[in-house]
Amino acid sequence: MTTTQKPMVASSNPTNIRPTWVQITLWVAIAFILIFSLGPVLWELLTSIKTNEAITTDPVVYIPALDQYTFQHYIDLFARNHFHRYLFNSAFVAIISTVLCLCIGAPAAYALARLRIPGEQIILAVVLVVTLFPYILLFLGLLELVRAAGLANNYLALIIPYTAINLPLTILVMRSFFQQLPRDLEDSAKVDGYNTLQMLQQIVLPMTLPALATTGILAFIFAWNEYIFALTFITRESMQTVPVAAAQLAGTTLFDIPYGPLAAATIVGTLPLILLVLFFQRQIVQGLTSGSVKG
Amino acid sequence: MAKLEVQHLNKTYGRTIVPVKDMSFTVDDGEFLTLVGPSGCGKSTTLRMVAGLEQPTSGRVMIGEKDVTHVGAGDRNIAMVFQSYALYPHMTVYDNMASGLKLRNMSTAAIQDRVADATRVLGLNDLLNRKPAKLSGGQRQRVALGRALVRRPDVFLLDEPLSNLDALLREQVRADLKQIFDAQSTPVVYVTHDQTEAMTLSTKVAVLHEGNVQQLDSPRNIYDRPANRFVAGFIGSPQMNLFHLSCEGNAAVLGNSRLRLPDRFAPPPEAVLGIRPEHVRIARPEDTETLEGKVFLVEHLGMSNLLSIQVKDSDLRVRALLPSDQTWSDEITLALPSQHRHWFHVQTGDRFPDAVPSRVS
Repeated sequence: MTTTQKPMVASSNPTNIRPTWVQITLWVAIAFILIFSLGPVLWELLTSIKTNEAITTDPVVYIPALDQYTFQHYIDLFARNHFHRYLFNSAFVAIISTVLCLCIGAPAAYALARLRIPGEQIILAVVLVVTLFPYILLFLGLLELVRAAGLANNYLALIIPYTAINLPLTILVMRSFFQQLPRDLEDSAKVDGYNTLQMLQQIVLPMTLPALATTGILAFIFAWNEYIFALTFITRESMQTVPVAAAQLAGTTLFDIPYGPLAAATIVGTLPLILLVLFFQRQIVQGLTSGSVKG
Repeated sequence: MAKLEVQHLNKTYGRTIVPVKDMSFTVDDGEFLTLVGPSGCGKSTTLRMVAGLEQPTSGRVMIGEKDVTHVGAGDRNIAMVFQSYALYPHMTVYDNMASGLKLRNMSTAAIQDRVADATRVLGLNDLLNRKPAKLSGGQRQRVALGRALVRRPDVFLLDEPLSNLDALLREQVRADLKQIFDAQSTPVVYVTHDQTEAMTLSTKVAVLHEGNVQQLDSPRNIYDRPANRFVAGFIGSPQMNLFHLSCEGNAAVLGNSRLRLPDRFAPPPEAVLGIRPEHVRIARPEDTETLEGKVFLVEHLGMSNLLSIQVKDSDLRVRALLPSDQTWSDEITLALPSQHRHWFHVQTGDRFPDAVPSRVS
């Protein structure tokens, strides 16, 4: 009896303590990662709603007191800096290039997935290489092209490069998605009398929505955040996009750095992306193909 | 309703890949043809060519005297049931069945009539507004069947429609299928690798192997008079006993016994004997050609026992299916009734021409 009880007594203490230690470490780690990754965002958010005095006081104000809150930065952003115009520019460019990207990329991906094209592997390899190419290197060449085509200060100067840069990824992702779709469904549609266009619209496309949402969001985020092209190809102030406009926010004097408006611009620029991802998350997670075939 | 005729169909992918070599058959109204064979025999490819999903390299497909070889799948007025059912996941059961009819600009009332007809037969009335994801395997199978029935096609094509169901359900749906298609006077082509389905459902069976039709006949004849060694070995469960025997004069040598060959032709030096386990029986005193052996394995199959017997003075093994109420001793004497023996040519595998019954008796 005693020999069997001893180990139990001896082990009872460590087993009671050890999980709590593990838990403590775990929570510390979680807290660290949260602060590490969300801290800057939180700092921006807090800065954007602090008064200028609270931003610049010497003992740093982390959490502003009640009288230090203000929405003035946001009001300034729209009233003085016409930020709604830049938001529109960004949205316009990003939406058009995303739609173009999907409209061109999805059929290309479908063809690559379903047709027996000679040299298919070579085409895919080229597409893959293009995704590996650092796009900054294309910049100077593109600048010449834009100048030659007279596209400067034209939305097309952004829409075309954004679409082109996002196409390879779209094609690769969509192709692997199309390949997973059961071929029987398309055969069944053919027997039912659908022609190719009807089949794509009414059968294939509804099942492809999750992939379209995923690749669309990636393309949109890229186009929304892009800075270098937007800075150089568009010089007219009224056509600038959000990242450029935010970077060019100026204070009242040369030496005055407008921390408040800058933070507010960052938040305003990020919000649409967050909303977009949250909204489409359901689409991405939804397993639309389940139940069509045995699974 | 129309006759389906397939003439010298061939599909070649490359020099060595020829899934369908030379396929010809006709299916009349009310006939049920089953294409059966091991995997890779070309049965699905043949069906897909009949459906218009694949273009044949050569040969013709005729539906109702009309050449449809180069007509698209949607314009052939056929209906096909796929192994995976291929239901449209984003449509309700009703829409799945109605979509093909809507494409033909049929009036809504007529569509509803037809869908109602099909759902009554299949018992799908309560499921019309569900999506395929919310259905069980058997229900999905019936929806796929319903989608074919509402089309009222010239030809029904079914590609292994039962192989995704569990064994119990399969038997039940098999019986349902037989009833449903007996009520239709439309040609049906059914592809399966399951010989039970082939034997129970069809009026005609085509046994395929390596892209060729081995035998095209009624299920009865396929079983009773297999045209060659392959058909003999493929149809029937447990598998037919097949022995490669040498011959002495007019008899084949099996262990200590001599089995008389059929008359009417010059005795070959060798022959293949086939006899089904269910036709092998324990010898009675009046039997002349008997076979002695030793039982080394007994498998209980419920209504019968499957015995494996080592033939005396030979390395051949015979399998015999005996009724479960019959007893035996380990040293066993068997009879191979001559009317159930099948003789095949050693090289070609073809069946020897049968002796005229009057001369045997």
